[in-house]
Amino acid sequence: MKTKSKLGRNRTFVAIIIPILIFFALFNTVPLLVGAFYSFTNYKGYGSYDFVGFRNYIDLFSDTRILKSYLFTLKYAICGTILINVLSIILALGLNSKIRCKGLLRGLYFTPNVLGGLIIGYIFSFFFTYVVPAIGKALHIGFIENSILASEKWAWVAVLIVGVWQAVAMNTIIYISGLQTIPSDITEAGMIDGANSWQRFWKLIFPMLLPFVSINLVLSTKNMLMVFDQIVSLTGGGPAQSTESISYLIYNNGMSGGQFGYQSANAVVFFILIVAFSIVQLVMSNKKEEQL
Amino acid sequence: MIKKSGKVKDFNIGLTILLFIGSITILFPLYMALVIALKDPSEMTNDVAGALSFPSVLKFSNFSEAMKVTNFWHSLGNSLIICITTIVLSIIVHSLAGYVVGRSMARKKGFKFAYFYIVSGMFVPFAILMMPLVKETAVLGLSNKIGVILLYVVFYMPMNVMLYSGYLKNVPMALEEAATIDGASHWKTYWTVIFPTMKPMHATVAVLTALGTWNDVMTPLVILADTSDTTLPLAQLNFQTQFGTNYNLAFASYILALIPIVIFYIICQKQIISGVTNGAVKG
Repeated sequence: MKTKSKLGRNRTFVAIIIPILIFFALFNTVPLLVGAFYSFTNYKGYGSYDFVGFRNYIDLFSDTRILKSYLFTLKYAICGTILINVLSIILALGLNSKIRCKGLLRGLYFTPNVLGGLIIGYIFSFFFTYVVPAIGKALHIGFIENSILASEKWAWVAVLIVGVWQAVAMNTIIYISGLQTIPSDITEAGMIDGANSWQRFWKLIFPMLLPFVSINLVLSTKNMLMVFDQIVSLTGGGPAQSTESISYLIYNNGMSGGQFGYQSANAVVFFILIVAFSIVQLVMSNKKEEQL
Repeated sequence: MIKKSGKVKDFNIGLTILLFIGSITILFPLYMALVIALKDPSEMTNDVAGALSFPSVLKFSNFSEAMKVTNFWHSLGNSLIICITTIVLSIIVHSLAGYVVGRSMARKKGFKFAYFYIVSGMFVPFAILMMPLVKETAVLGLSNKIGVILLYVVFYMPMNVMLYSGYLKNVPMALEEAATIDGASHWKTYWTVIFPTMKPMHATVAVLTALGTWNDVMTPLVILADTSDTTLPLAQLNFQTQFGTNYNLAFASYILALIPIVIFYIICQKQIISGVTNGAVKG
């Protein structure tokens, strides 16, 4: 009786999971393989095409526009991840201590997370174009007297500020939930032993927070690497392609620039980069946790 | 008495003030957007003070004009349809998948494979799927809202399946075994016994899916062929040229586009914050 029911159960389960797997493959694995296939062709997105072997991949590495976009994206992701995590640990420590209006403050600082990146980008675009230069002129700070969005050297900082402004919210909340897992008697014991707050943070709190640091590192690096919305609304990749992220370049040249095959190769490299980043971070954080 | 006053002193007032001052960085851009949206273009004099000061007359007609120009109600409707349908489908399909693989992967290799196959989808960036998907959806006649919804159900599947099957580890098997002994079918047992116990996870999934799909630009941007399917954020992009230098109109439109999610946030703040935390920490 029991085995019969187990058998029936298994059959029901298979009947459920097979259609779901087919559905998933249809819109995830199939396009992934199709993209990988076209990366070995000179397909323009329309018309006929020929196989070109690894030509696209070789060309990628000597294409200054591609290299520039990787440089920008990596610079943006690394600076962003560091800034986001430092700021959100500080904020989380503040928001987790004994303060008044805790709920209101946490709610306020989390707000950027629910707002769309595109619209926030448009709002900040006005801020960088009109408000910041006005401050620059009033205080005679040379490099912000003109809109930094128009500066090849500084536009990426504007994109970074907006990206960080939005992402800090999420990471702060995760750090707060991390801080709440630390029993208060640990820090109290530290206080009795005479450790100052700096020592208490590095010796007691930070090690216990490490699992959350690793979650946040993975999360923010991945989000930063895939930056798209803010680029669309702030710079459109400019000036002089100085803020062209990888996603934006694939979208721009692959969709309308007749580079379907070539940008597919770019996308494959980007995919490998993301997987590699995620694996390295996970392995590194696992090792650190084991040491504890 | 002494204890009470001691408790009051426990609050770090200096830190509270500091945090309120810091929140200006969050509020200022929103304040700026709001005052510009409520202002007559004539008040936007050349200096920034004119743009940032409080409007002398609140000009709500900017909003009605922005609604007309961007076809606000229509794109709001599209966004709502896409978002709500995606949430409902995600809860149904992902919880089922999470249940099936979560309950069987320990004993059956096939289900274990299915689990890792789905979850590995998390590493696939949209950028690599984008171009082939545009072709694929066009061929299948899915360059519309339905296509976007189906894609979202696939994109959120890895995370949600992981969340559901993780949650089920804490739901004892005895629960459904008892129901099966009573003669209920597995299908019926799932919907009457298991599905309701996963309520907290349904909330988490709903919140994560809602935030992700509501603010997404890239998927509708590349998939939707007909402008009548335009979503709320996409409308802001499409009407950029129409706004021109009329910032008052543009900002009224941005504020309108932000209002629905802000209302949702104000009402469900607790669920949203706990949902986002759950999703990140357990996922």
